[in-house]
Amino acid sequence: MIKNLKKQNVWFVFTPYLWLVLFFFVPLALIFKISISVSEWGMPPYRDLFSFSENGLKINSTLGNYLFIFSDPFYIRSYLNSLSLAFTSTVLCLLIGYPIAFYVAKSKPSIRNILLIMLIIPFWSSFLLRVYAWKVLLQGSGIINSILIHIGLISEPISMLHNHYAVILGVVYTYLPFMILPLYGYLVKFDLNLIDASNDLGAKPLNTFVKVILPLSLPGIVAGSMLVFIPVVGEYIIPEMLGGSDKLYFGKIIWDEFFVNRDWPIASALAMSGIVILVFPIIIFQLMYAKYNFKNE
Amino acid sequence: MNKLFFKIFSLTIGFSFLYFPILTLIAYSFNDNKRVMVWKGFSFRWYKELFQNEQILEAFYTSLKIASLSATFATIMGVMIGFSLTRISKIPARPFFIFLSSSPLVMPEIILGLSLLLFFISSNHIIGFPSSKGQLTVLISHITFSVAFVAVIIQSRLSSYDKNIEEAAQDLGTIPNMIFWKVTAPVILPAILSGWLLAFTLSLDDLVVASFTTGPGANTLPIVVFSKVRLGLSPEVNALSAIIMLIVILAAISIYLINRSNIKK
Repeated sequence: MIKNLKKQNVWFVFTPYLWLVLFFFVPLALIFKISISVSEWGMPPYRDLFSFSENGLKINSTLGNYLFIFSDPFYIRSYLNSLSLAFTSTVLCLLIGYPIAFYVAKSKPSIRNILLIMLIIPFWSSFLLRVYAWKVLLQGSGIINSILIHIGLISEPISMLHNHYAVILGVVYTYLPFMILPLYGYLVKFDLNLIDASNDLGAKPLNTFVKVILPLSLPGIVAGSMLVFIPVVGEYIIPEMLGGSDKLYFGKIIWDEFFVNRDWPIASALAMSGIVILVFPIIIFQLMYAKYNFKNE
Repeated sequence: MNKLFFKIFSLTIGFSFLYFPILTLIAYSFNDNKRVMVWKGFSFRWYKELFQNEQILEAFYTSLKIASLSATFATIMGVMIGFSLTRISKIPARPFFIFLSSSPLVMPEIILGLSLLLFFISSNHIIGFPSSKGQLTVLISHITFSVAFVAVIIQSRLSSYDKNIEEAAQDLGTIPNMIFWKVTAPVILPAILSGWLLAFTLSLDDLVVASFTTGPGANTLPIVVFSKVRLGLSPEVNALSAIIMLIVILAAISIYLINRSNIKK
């Protein structure tokens, strides 16, 4: 089909790439440019990178914004907090999500389809409202406090909102479907006879799990972990709604630098550092994983 | 016995965890009290107020408009990407195009929003377009991050189906355009539909990118809801959540029933 494609059609096929270059890569290049510009009062609030004066062309670039970020423990801590939040919640999602995905995939087809629909419903419903639901639940006068008081575990309502545990809970809750669905996708293709074969050959259940089931569901684990880890690193909504001042996160810092402090160069430098620190390891990991897959095939 | 217990145990705990917050929110949407968590009595009061809230209704309409346009454009471009990556065997620098089309998948939305806003401001400064921030800038941004997701879905469908069908049609003398509409399109139609649906919900659900790129007259539903619940609780938002849940549940059930009747056939 494509062999017969005319030349103008080839151009037609490439328009989406032009779109992505224009609206994805050019903006990234732009924030890189702003991140090495000097802050200034005015609009836009930074000095032009090139300026002409009587001495000729002058380049007003600076690494000051980056030096400022990396000399201030406040910013470094927020990066580390975001990384540790993403790591903790990915592990928790995996631990909670794996048994669910496994047993849903292993159910009888008639029950399985109903359970699958029940997994998809929270996935399709609004992200913001699911975070809001926890805000309602964790209130001092909320239902969890009421239950705890009723069964006598506590005598007075305890404050469960506005701390980093509430943030972890909110993240695990909202991102759990992103972990379960890819896991399910791989586990459902998996031949159950392999488990019986392994058992018949005398393997203990734990051995069967570690040596047979786990390696075969590895692509699902990787896909699910990526879907949780990457967005959580830049997460803004959940720390803003459920978090407090005990831990600050990278997404919220960028938001505040931009909307509250109106410091475009610092916000851009934070975003660029974010890409380098957080996104590059992921790309390298993906390349390594692709190589590993290629070898095994 | 032990195994069965563990299975029922983990499924019960898992699904309770997923549904308890949603169901509680729905239950409290019928609470006739301004203080969300103190039960006073059953009423539809907040539903009435919700349907009289101009701001929320207008935002809902804006969101639907942006989401359907964004999903349509993203699907068209996603299909084009899917085709160019799976069907042009001699595409030069293929890894480069894969990199181009999949990069938005790994970009945190906060960075995407910031870079797009700064881009729109600069481009307004230099060429005068876009003339102001508003629905158009939100639409462009939503298309940009949705394209990659649609492309992944189309690509996996195209690479898993048998190309020989197309070649057979060609050998039988079908003209290329007809091959696309009569052979390829029906096969990838489910992927196109699920791609469109995914792009639609991505746009409907987005708060961060829209907050950066929005302007006067372009408040989407998440932006309005967020401004209501950022600092406190809102009984109207409870009612809204219940309605959204109802829509999602009905949609899910109808998809389930359609699938079941298709399998029976």
